[in-house]
Amino acid sequence: MATTGTRRQNGLAKALPLLTPAYAWLTLAIFLPLSAMVYFSLLTSMSPSEQSSSLTLANYAAFFSDPLYATLLWRSLQLGLLVTLICVVVGFPAAYVLAKIFKGRAREAIFLLVILPFWSNSLVRVFSWSMVLREGGILDTALNAVLPFEVTFDLMYSFPAVVIGLVHSYLPYMVLTCYLSLQAIDDALIEAARSLGASRFTTLRRVVAPLALPGVLAGSALIFIPVVGSFMEPRILGGRGGTLYGTVIEDQFTAVYNWPLGAALSFILLAVVLAILLVSAPVLRKAA
Amino acid sequence: MIRAPAFLSGLGRFYIGLVLVFLYLPLIIMAAMSFNASPFYQLPFEGTTEWYAALAQNDGLIAATLNSLKIAVMTTILATVLGTAASLALFRYEFRGKRVLQALLFPPIAIPWLISGTAMLIFFFGTGIGRGLHAILLGHVALALPYVIIVVSARLQTFSKDLEDAAASLGASSWQTTRKVTLPCIAPGIVAGGLFAFAVSFDQFVVSYFLATPGQTTLPVEIYAAIRKGFTPEINAVSTIIIVFSMSLMLVVSRFFRFGGDQ
Repeated sequence: MATTGTRRQNGLAKALPLLTPAYAWLTLAIFLPLSAMVYFSLLTSMSPSEQSSSLTLANYAAFFSDPLYATLLWRSLQLGLLVTLICVVVGFPAAYVLAKIFKGRAREAIFLLVILPFWSNSLVRVFSWSMVLREGGILDTALNAVLPFEVTFDLMYSFPAVVIGLVHSYLPYMVLTCYLSLQAIDDALIEAARSLGASRFTTLRRVVAPLALPGVLAGSALIFIPVVGSFMEPRILGGRGGTLYGTVIEDQFTAVYNWPLGAALSFILLAVVLAILLVSAPVLRKAA
Repeated sequence: MIRAPAFLSGLGRFYIGLVLVFLYLPLIIMAAMSFNASPFYQLPFEGTTEWYAALAQNDGLIAATLNSLKIAVMTTILATVLGTAASLALFRYEFRGKRVLQALLFPPIAIPWLISGTAMLIFFFGTGIGRGLHAILLGHVALALPYVIIVVSARLQTFSKDLEDAAASLGASSWQTTRKVTLPCIAPGIVAGGLFAFAVSFDQFVVSYFLATPGQTTLPVEIYAAIRKGFTPEINAVSTIIIVFSMSLMLVVSRFFRFGGDQ
């Protein structure tokens, strides 16, 4: 045991020079700011420049006394679930086709096409939907050109518009993570199941789905977390109805300048997201 | 292998086509509208290049674009170097607390950007680091680091430690081993990690939004301001240039490093 002990200490001594820069950076830009935010959420001061502030729980009390905050948080969580669900339903089959039907160069090219939007601009992608969805926009014009009767098609500034924009932004994540786990499944397993008489559906349900579950869950986490805190997409596509928990937090920092309340609201969101991740952790571990 | 019947694989191809149309439709429309004369995106389409000419005069937008590029390049370099070093340490050495260190990589990914961004705003403001391009760079590198470490570590999983031991037993110093054996072997992982870092930074809006100041801003922040004030087709023009540029860059890179292919 003594030798393992010294080897371990040795390992740390050798690892430290390589590790320190990265972790020091994370400390400065992530961990210290998060701690500062917790402290800030307990301050009374309305303006960040005022020094004479004392500690209080009033900002957290504000969340519980005004039902609007809880309602908006619930709406944001529902939005996150809905967008994640749509991404699974649309993205998993696409990843399956990509991993199991396409081969060679064609697969590589399509895979690249799916992930290329990551290197474009998410804001622009969201905004470009407004040209498609509004009345007199592309979809409206196209539908009226094809249909014999007059229809008014105006999804702009509505909840569905927000959902469409978010699904469009985050779908590539789901295809990517599902593809990576589906690609790792040996085709021989699928063949074995089929040759033993399992139907296509049974093979999918009993063999492929369990093995691909880690990819689905990783993609879900990558989508659900940012969507719950989204504020840009609801503002651009949701209009007046686009008020969500994220937009209220944004307002505290950029319009109302009530930073302590904004910090408390942020921290509550963080706690809820972490609670959801913790609750799903056993499922994740079982899957992995 | 048991092949899917033709109609099923045909259906699959058709489905992928639909998904790609969904992903690219708005981008194509945006590119088309950057050549449309109507500033309100009215149809019928009338061709013009006036928005590109107007863009050349828009100093604010050009400055923001250059800022975005500068920050993305610096983020890529810093995050790739720091991340690769950390991945090597986590790969090579065993020590107490390693799992904790690995778990600490997840907060930047697992915390909504809105929260990271506002937390950085509070902390940078309170400590005198302040806002501006340097603060944005600080934030972007932190967000990109976990992606680099995860991608490079995944690549290291396919690398055998025996190669390092062999080089060492043949008299190579540890730096020579790293430079001549390890790094060339994991180069595709490092490049992929760097590309992710670039994408994270170049596309990052939320954190930049809270850390930008009027003179020191990035393209996404400038576009958001423009959308809320009243969008101009010049933004379509600059976005089209960026998308064409970054997609060509990716295509060139992917010619040298295969992604998603059978490896």
